[in-house]
Amino acid sequence: MEKNLALVLLLAPLCGFLFNVFLGKKAGKGIVGIVGTLSILVSFVASMYFFSLIQSTGKPFQVDLFKWITLEKFNVNFSFLLDQLSVLWLMFVTGIGTLIHMYSISYMHDDENMHKFFAYLNLFVFFMITLVMGGNLLILFIGWEGVGLCSYLLIGFWYKNQDYNDAAKKAFIMNRVGDLGLLIGLFILGYLFNTLDYATLKTAILSNSDILSNPLVGIAALCLFIGATGKSAQIPLYTWLPDAMAGPTPVSALIHAATMVTAGIFMVTRMHFVFDLAPYVQDVIAVIGAATAILAASIGLVQNDIKKVLAYSTVSQLGLMFLALGFGAYEVAVFHVITHAFFKACLFLGSGSVIHGLHGEQDMRNMGGLRKAMPITFWTMMISTLAISGIFPLSGFWSKDEILMTAFHGNIVLWVVGSIASIMTAFYMFRLMYLTFFGEFRGTEEQKHHLHESPSLITIPLIILAILAAIGGLISLPGNSWLNHYLAPLLSKGEHAAHHLGTTEYVLMAVATVGALLGIGLAYSKYIKNGEVPPQDSEIKGIAKTLYNKYYVDEAYETLFVNPIYRLSHFFRNYFEVFFSEVVFAFGKIANAIAIQGKSIQNGNIGLYLFAFVLGVSSILIYLFLV
Amino acid sequence: MQNILQQIGIENYIYLSVILFCIGIFGVLYRRNAIIMFMSIEIMLNAVNLLFVAFSTFHQDAQGQVFVFFSMAVAAAEVAVGLAILVSIFRNLSSIDIDNLKNLKG
Amino acid sequence: MNVSFILILLLFGTFATYLAGDKFAKTVALFFSLASVAGSIFILNQHNAGIDESFMINWISNPNIYIALKVDGLSLAMLLLTTVLTSLILFSSFGNNYNNSKSFYALVLFMSFAMVGTFLSADAFLYYIFWELALIPIYFIALIWGNGDADERKRAIVKFFIYTLAGSLFMLVAFIYLFQKAGSLLIGDLYAIRLTENEQFWIFAAFFLAYAIKIPIFPFHTWQANTYQMSPSVGTMLLSGIMLKMGLYSVIRWQLPIAPLAAKTYMDIFILLSVIGVVYGSIVALKQRNLKKLLAYSSLAHVGLIAAGAYSLSFDGLRGAVLQMIAHGFVVVGLFFAAEIIERRFQTQEISEMGGIRIQDNKFASMFMIVMLASVALPSTFNFIGEFTLLYSLYNVNIWFAVIAGTTIILGAVYMLKMFQHVMLGEQTDKVFKGITIQESVVFVIIIAVLLFFGLYPKPINDLITPALQDIVTKINKL
Repeated sequence: MEKNLALVLLLAPLCGFLFNVFLGKKAGKGIVGIVGTLSILVSFVASMYFFSLIQSTGKPFQVDLFKWITLEKFNVNFSFLLDQLSVLWLMFVTGIGTLIHMYSISYMHDDENMHKFFAYLNLFVFFMITLVMGGNLLILFIGWEGVGLCSYLLIGFWYKNQDYNDAAKKAFIMNRVGDLGLLIGLFILGYLFNTLDYATLKTAILSNSDILSNPLVGIAALCLFIGATGKSAQIPLYTWLPDAMAGPTPVSALIHAATMVTAGIFMVTRMHFVFDLAPYVQDVIAVIGAATAILAASIGLVQNDIKKVLAYSTVSQLGLMFLALGFGAYEVAVFHVITHAFFKACLFLGSGSVIHGLHGEQDMRNMGGLRKAMPITFWTMMISTLAISGIFPLSGFWSKDEILMTAFHGNIVLWVVGSIASIMTAFYMFRLMYLTFFGEFRGTEEQKHHLHESPSLITIPLIILAILAAIGGLISLPGNSWLNHYLAPLLSKGEHAAHHLGTTEYVLMAVATVGALLGIGLAYSKYIKNGEVPPQDSEIKGIAKTLYNKYYVDEAYETLFVNPIYRLSHFFRNYFEVFFSEVVFAFGKIANAIAIQGKSIQNGNIGLYLFAFVLGVSSILIYLFLV
Repeated sequence: MQNILQQIGIENYIYLSVILFCIGIFGVLYRRNAIIMFMSIEIMLNAVNLLFVAFSTFHQDAQGQVFVFFSMAVAAAEVAVGLAILVSIFRNLSSIDIDNLKNLKG
Repeated sequence: MNVSFILILLLFGTFATYLAGDKFAKTVALFFSLASVAGSIFILNQHNAGIDESFMINWISNPNIYIALKVDGLSLAMLLLTTVLTSLILFSSFGNNYNNSKSFYALVLFMSFAMVGTFLSADAFLYYIFWELALIPIYFIALIWGNGDADERKRAIVKFFIYTLAGSLFMLVAFIYLFQKAGSLLIGDLYAIRLTENEQFWIFAAFFLAYAIKIPIFPFHTWQANTYQMSPSVGTMLLSGIMLKMGLYSVIRWQLPIAPLAAKTYMDIFILLSVIGVVYGSIVALKQRNLKKLLAYSSLAHVGLIAAGAYSLSFDGLRGAVLQMIAHGFVVVGLFFAAEIIERRFQTQEISEMGGIRIQDNKFASMFMIVMLASVALPSTFNFIGEFTLLYSLYNVNIWFAVIAGTTIILGAVYMLKMFQHVMLGEQTDKVFKGITIQESVVFVIIIAVLLFFGLYPKPINDLITPALQDIVTKINKL
């Protein structure tokens, strides 16, 4: 019974995908939306069942289907594992997935390829479930690459525009760089332990004390982390995520904010027993996380595209999660993943609502004063913005605070970096809110005329997500954390599990709150009090220009990696290929040259032939008889 | 028979035949007229025939003489074919100077 | 009935096709080719039931030469690959009209005959005959029915012919030497000879020349791109889908077990060459303007990986190689068929002259994309299994081999996605893309079904090839 239910949970989105692909066009837009949403809802309900099951029994549930890849030393099966971690992830993936599908029914209604959109979205959820549910690293890898594929398809959903296609291609390729790292990590683990199953791997690692001294484990951890940097957009592979905003907004909300980009955190948490063995890799993770957090946040300060701001904010928040992972505080990272999924999905959907209302306008310089026209969008986004800025008592406050507290106990410098990133977050998020919803409308008259609140299919998901963003913190209140207890059987260490609340903690909370208020205040004075509007692109100067151009990282990558490879390709094609080709031809040419020389002997003079003949015979005779 | 052979000696036959053969070779090499070259070839052939006959007598073995008849018959056939070729060359080129026959030039 | 029946069937089919005349040639050819598929499946059943369908009679008593055809899991897998792909290729060509089609289709069937013979032969003499025989039909197919400028084509095809022929001669020399030693050319006798390391080295090198050119391994690949480009699509598919598998198969069947010591001693060099081919092919593919040439270089990269796996001498490497050979066969036929479909409509192979196809024909775009994704080894396609196994085997040799060869994952995605973007996506151009026909989609559907089915459930093929490969691995490790 459970096994079948697990299969239903897994395959329902796939069925939705197949239906939408093959029958979607005929069925019509209404049916497409309903089937697409329902198939995810089914998975959500199944996840709920498993959640309650595991909540009550505490026992993980494993489904083994059949043998997949056979290697000399071990086999890889199609197996699925439902334990605390995967069920938790399934809950919010399918839950938020359902809301976003619902939202998309309205959002994508005017698109001629709506059935395809839902098909891809269903396929994405299917692969995401595969990723989360997989019982071994290779099943995870199927999902891992599968979600990358769906991300590619959805970013380039409007495929007539080659810029969007470029963005899609970039996302896929940068992810693949990470995937290679992940794959090498898999090889190392498989080579060392002859298994890729989580459960066996864990026992093998924990029972084997010699493994500590094996440098390969550290390399494996590092490789896995490289994989995570690709999928979760960390330095150095983060540049695809902002570009990925080319996709429709629900995609940004689902894939590039709430679910897919958290796959890296999921994987690291899953493989925590490997990372625990490699402290220096953990240091690397923490540093990379903090650096990404502040880098992305600083870029976010000056962006004018509403989705780009949110994209950099996502990168920055993911950085914070990795900061927590680096200190081994997996449950803290998971906590932030969940709260972030709520408020960031809400923010993206809200921005989608705004964009929808303005008929595709994404530049905040042309918005403003939308508060009155779109009250529900405004209020839901406001709640989420307060949450992400870390205002008490919304969910973001608790999760971000836990991360910073962990950092504080681990390394003061990283705590400072993380705190500054948080202040920046508060600033640019309120900048976004002020520019979008306050002041006067700066768009065209025609847009102003059409301003309206979005239909209820759009606002209901917003409201639900806003509520979750507000109260999501309840799952892990300091001192009495349900989440920590829930995950305890998995993350057996538990030393970070509960910060008992002392003076330091209260001071830290206060500092964080003050920081957030500082950021908000700055944004207020700049954009409300002084009524500033960001300047046009050509007028951006100084540091702001560097920030606006994202530190020229894309350009640097272009010069460092892309162009050299293309030049190499050019060089190979024009010189190496010709060279090897000529070497082969050279043999033919040598034969030819000999033939041309030989030809002149054959001059047609019979007398000469006869002379040569006689000479030849004579020499043979002389050789035979006289020598 | 025995007397004649004994009187003259086998080695003289060999000398004669070698001389004839060399005349033939030089004829082939130095003359450009195809008919004369042909005749030179016949001389070489006959030089060999002579040797055959001489040795046949010397060894008291008739096989050599049988061979001579063979080779004379073959030579006759060869002459017939060769002359036919020469005639057709002459028809085409109005000359039988072999220097004009350069179609084999590579 | 035994396995020789399939050869007879194909040979008979060749004549029947020729005699059937231009009008019915393709139908007759397809019929015989499907019959050979049926025959192969029958043999497969017999094999699974434990009945040995091998065939052996004495052919020439002095020297001692047999007509020996051996059926084991490996040759059976290749037999099935050849017959199925031949049918698919024949069927895919139904949309074209060839001049003198009776000769064309007869040559295709004849080629299939020769390739099947190569895969089945268990006597080196017979094997060599089939090996060279396969070259003749493809030479004419490419030369007569090819495309592009006639002089250039002749240059490319003649180069291909002479190059591969010359390489094979070294193999012949090796066989003659081995015959001197063993007194027979039966594969079992050849396996049994004990050669000194020096002898093995020379034998191995001679084989290597023949196979490296056929496969092709860097830097012996220069015939490939031009030949692929100039050949008609059927020829390209035959070449890339099946014929280059002859080289890879021969590495596993002949080269490694006969000269295992040399293989072990110089393993790193040969893996390195293959791995360089992987990276080199991928990088050159980045800048190709011609679609078929791009696919040719991608093929170079993929077979490089297969060769590297085979030369790693491990069980995983060999198994990965065979799996990937099959997967690559289907994928490459699919890709070249996609190129052919576009060429039928646009009369061009230049990528810059394409674009905007997806708007006009979504079905084709989706199918092309699935095949393309399989070619970049997306998990859950057959190619992933092959590539994963191969890379894992390389990792076991040296982590850097795996990392360098692994860049194909990245570079492959780069050139394939770039190609797809410029060929299929973007705004509609002024060229009209007529929707693909049912016959064309059937080919794609079959290919996709194979790729996805075995991608998720490779067990049948695995079970088939494992015993045979185990045999070979034992032989390699006997010293």
